[in-house]
Amino acid sequence: MLTDVKIAKLREDFPVLSEQVNGHPLVYFDNAATSQRPKAVIDAMNHFYFHDNANVHRGIHALSERATHDYELARSKVQQFIGAADASEIIFTRGTTESINLVAQTYGKATLKAGDEILISHMEHHANIVPWQMLCEQTGALLKIIPINHAGELVLDNITTLIHARTKIVALTHVSNSLGTINDISSIIQQAHAVGAKVLIDGAQAVPHMSVSVRALDCDFYCFSGHKLYGPTGIGILYGKAELLKHMPPYQGGGSMIKTVSFEKTTYQDSPYRFEAGTPAIAEAIGLGAAIDYVNHIGLDVMAAHEHALLDYATTQILTIPGLTIIGQAAHKASILSFIMDGIHPHDISTIVDKYGVAIRAGHHCTMPTMVFYQVAATARASFAFYNTFKEVDIFVDALKNAREIFS
Amino acid sequence: MQNLRDLYQDLIVDHNRHPRNFHDMTDANCFAEGVNPLCGDQLSLYLKVENNVIVAASFLGKGCAISVSSASLMTEWLRGKSCEEAETMFTLFHDLLTDEKADVDPTSLGKLAVFSGVREYPTRVKCATLAWHAMHAALHDESQIVSTENE
Ligand SMILES: Cc1ncc(COP(=O)(O)O)c(C=O)c1O
Repeated sequence: MLTDVKIAKLREDFPVLSEQVNGHPLVYFDNAATSQRPKAVIDAMNHFYFHDNANVHRGIHALSERATHDYELARSKVQQFIGAADASEIIFTRGTTESINLVAQTYGKATLKAGDEILISHMEHHANIVPWQMLCEQTGALLKIIPINHAGELVLDNITTLIHARTKIVALTHVSNSLGTINDISSIIQQAHAVGAKVLIDGAQAVPHMSVSVRALDCDFYCFSGHKLYGPTGIGILYGKAELLKHMPPYQGGGSMIKTVSFEKTTYQDSPYRFEAGTPAIAEAIGLGAAIDYVNHIGLDVMAAHEHALLDYATTQILTIPGLTIIGQAAHKASILSFIMDGIHPHDISTIVDKYGVAIRAGHHCTMPTMVFYQVAATARASFAFYNTFKEVDIFVDALKNAREIFS
Repeated sequence: MQNLRDLYQDLIVDHNRHPRNFHDMTDANCFAEGVNPLCGDQLSLYLKVENNVIVAASFLGKGCAISVSSASLMTEWLRGKSCEEAETMFTLFHDLLTDEKADVDPTSLGKLAVFSGVREYPTRVKCATLAWHAMHAALHDESQIVSTENE
């Protein structure tokens, strides 16, 4: 369990958490947008630049060997972290967005035909909508949507009318970034496989809050971003099953992804290198490896237990404020709290709580169709990490009460 | 929180809750739309101009308190002003909120000076100026949709 004393100690690992904002200690509740980085991550990247910096898989010299070793070590850390069978199933990308685009433009473009169907849900991030729309335009495939209910849960009653022989790809978020819903993806993965469809899971919001085993889930692709997992920006992961990756065409062409190049014929590397053209984000990959070490050291279960306690407490506390409605009340939620207040626009809420040093997000959270479902233009969203405290929730709730007063 | 009150003054809160001239206008002869897609603010501005004088102004739309109250107070102020006066005020208003060097005398803006606090909130300036950019576009018959998000 994370006691107050332990959390106070862990907070010292995150230099930015001691910042002052508008004369108050920073209360960082925008973790779903991006988390903060511990010193261990910053140090790992610095160490690389101070001591080991060289290109990977290229030079025959000591530094290049060290850089390659560290880069590949980071890959195996990711492999173990998400329970993949082999390191060759782990592809470094720039983030979740690029991972999804990669699958759409390689696997998707190579296999989809006019009339095939891609199934997503009504609670997807734009990153798991737009790449599929682009693929539909290119191939004549059709985009289908799993509906949601008012609580913010997938409506699966008529799922067999949506998952059927024409369904080729099911792309689903593991945890919704605007509602907090944790989706029961296992059953959907099984149903999709029963009709021969492949399943991509957008794990951007899941991986920081729960342990994920891609083998237990049996998903075909799994995507996440380093920067939401206490790692650097500019690095993300695409997991793909080996037998699928083996037959997928490359994503981009260039250095590192080839075996031989001649003007007549070029042959490609095997996975993962076939999908990693050009010099990769080496320091960022190493930083992500350090972030995974850090998370493992504390334990995702321990982190998640505290985050849930914070979510429960914050939910009860903000509901004492008149005219406040929580958007997203699923039975299973990660530590994301979206809400609206009568007569106060979310941007005004955000400006007011910022005066108290509290950073939240206000907007559509890159989920415009979800906002339309709830008939709102935007929501305010607080999202908690293991380093947040109950006292910070109190500061936040006081700030919301002040917003209510100003607008009364 | 005194400085929050500098931003959310009573006049702003009041015009947000009860926007004035909040309706469409069937006989408008100038029209423009203002949209800030990143934050979702959106407004339609209607003007009726006769002999170079704005005889009526109204708007519809949704947004934060700053953008709604700014549109409301602007439509109130515009009534009876010449097109030149409107443009001059647009510049003055813009300078009041953004220009570090311009030393605008807030009293020259009358009620509109209530927005001077927005200056301290750079991310919110675009909310206050959206209606004014729409007004400028309407007078110039620029039929495209205006935005203040990429200023
Ligand atoms: C559910 C979900 N999917 C995808 C993304 C996109 O991640 P990134 O911007 O790191 O590519 C995000 C991040 O905002 C997200 O929350």
